[in-house]
Amino acid sequence: MKAGYIGAGRRYGTFRRNWGLYVLLLPAVVLTLLFAYKPMYGVLIAFKDYSPALGIGGSPWAGLKYFEKFFNSYQFSTTIKNTVIISLYSLITFPIPILLALMVNQMRANRFRRFFQTVSYMPHFISTVVMVGLMLILLSPSTGLVGNAYKLFGAEAPDLMGSPGLFSSIYVWSDVWQHVGWDSIIYIAALSTVDPSLYEAATVDGAGRWHKIRYIDIPMLIPTAVTLLILRVGGLLGVGFEKVYLMQNDLNITSSEILSTYVYKIGLLSSQYSFSSAISLFNTVINFILLILVNQISKKFSENSLW
Amino acid sequence: METANTTLRPVTGAIKQGRSDKATEVVIYGFAILFLIVLMYPLYFIVIASFSDPSAVANGKVWFIPRGFTLDGYKELFKHQNIWIGYRNTILYTVIGTAIGLAVNIPAAYALSRKDLAGRKFLSLYFIFTMFFSGGLIPTFLTIRDFHMYNTFLVMVLPFSVVVYDIIVARTFFQTSIPEDLWEAAQIDGCGNLRYFVQIVLPLSKAIIAVLGLWIAVGYWNSYFNALIYLKNPDLHPLQLILRNILITNQMQSGMGTGEAAQIALRLANMMRYSVIIIATVPIMCVYPFAQKYFNQGVMIGAVKS
Repeated sequence: MKAGYIGAGRRYGTFRRNWGLYVLLLPAVVLTLLFAYKPMYGVLIAFKDYSPALGIGGSPWAGLKYFEKFFNSYQFSTTIKNTVIISLYSLITFPIPILLALMVNQMRANRFRRFFQTVSYMPHFISTVVMVGLMLILLSPSTGLVGNAYKLFGAEAPDLMGSPGLFSSIYVWSDVWQHVGWDSIIYIAALSTVDPSLYEAATVDGAGRWHKIRYIDIPMLIPTAVTLLILRVGGLLGVGFEKVYLMQNDLNITSSEILSTYVYKIGLLSSQYSFSSAISLFNTVINFILLILVNQISKKFSENSLW
Repeated sequence: METANTTLRPVTGAIKQGRSDKATEVVIYGFAILFLIVLMYPLYFIVIASFSDPSAVANGKVWFIPRGFTLDGYKELFKHQNIWIGYRNTILYTVIGTAIGLAVNIPAAYALSRKDLAGRKFLSLYFIFTMFFSGGLIPTFLTIRDFHMYNTFLVMVLPFSVVVYDIIVARTFFQTSIPEDLWEAAQIDGCGNLRYFVQIVLPLSKAIIAVLGLWIAVGYWNSYFNALIYLKNPDLHPLQLILRNILITNQMQSGMGTGEAAQIALRLANMMRYSVIIIATVPIMCVYPFAQKYFNQGVMIGAVKS
């Protein structure tokens, strides 16, 4: 960079001198080629009538048939709607880790604060399977904590996990419960880089606690928050498969069928490879466009962007 | 410092400030304690329920301490061999997968951190693009099958070992903590890139190796998706997939028939749900407090990424 334009000869020179660096890169480059880029070529089957006997190259072209099939299917609006609802709902909870970080930052650095932080990260280490198992146990109307709490007041407990109307709430708030502490670390880290003399100067100027939060802490967090927000919006249709799939049951399926679970069922459970690939390609493309769009908007209105 | 500052303020202001500060303090710590209770109680409940008589749990008699103390739930675990096969598999996948993950991501991150790497921009883009665009489930599945990796040990530890986010974090670490002069000095002494990386960079990078190692290990310990998609043979199943059968699809309870024997079986299956959560979660939670220092460091590095 510093030297400006590097001639072809010199570039070859650095290439030869640094061959060792390419050796270090080789495993990651090869694995990415085989398991990330080769499947991208395989996406072609979304435009073909894939048959395993003919392979990806040999299968006949189908044009946009499978995309049309998806757009015209009754699952199209359901899966998109469910995915977007869950996504937007989690987006609303985006500021919660920020609030937690601001609060932790107000606590005196002592044993209680360390204990608080350790405990708040812990649920992050629970696996998705155990987390959903935990929810089934605790929310069970017959034997769970919630069921027992209702019984304590002599009321009949509702079947929370089987309720389509509550699915998104349970999904989102259990996520908040599990990850809020962990997600706040990045903001706490950002706050720890504030120059203490700023606070001292503010105190001299007569600023109280709230003023310091408002005019020092929050501005400090905005770049990090915007970066994470862009990524979140870019993943609007990318609600993860793992937790939703485990939370699904026959009772809540009308609001729990999302794009990724549908892709799995069509693709692997009923072996409609081309159809499933078309749905997931549609999903990826929308996410990609959104990411670029949000990044552009952010670039225009603030100095924060991903690239 | 405090006194010096207060003297600068009008006296009334100082008193007012002090009072509202105390109130804020009470709100903050009150909220913190409430938060701790909400976070810890469900976990505490699982622990006490795992040591309690299942009918006491079902009837809502267990709230703060175990009732009808018993270890039957844990004894029941030993009757299910597949749990222990799963445990063994998970340990193998975690240890080997983490070793491979470190061996792949750390060297790549170091190479990308070097400003004199020709093609650095292109190579970074080559990796980052895969974060936002992927072939999707079926094309990836077909790729794995084409390589004859379906239903093998290898599929659990190799194909998805490149983690671009981890590479970015490690790259930032190398850029900020390994001085460039060090390489120049080593070069003058006739040290090549590979020897420099192994003998000088790696010993200076224990923190980032610990961070990535723990992230990768936790990921392997907790994931079930790849096993669900790529494994058929039950002898290869990791613990999480077996947990799914026990906790969520209730496969342990089916086909038990009726009568008193079935009642007892159902009771034990219910008890086992608590004990199995404990034995599956305790190992990874135990690792955490020891590694906390490194975890925080890792997030810090991630936070300053440019």
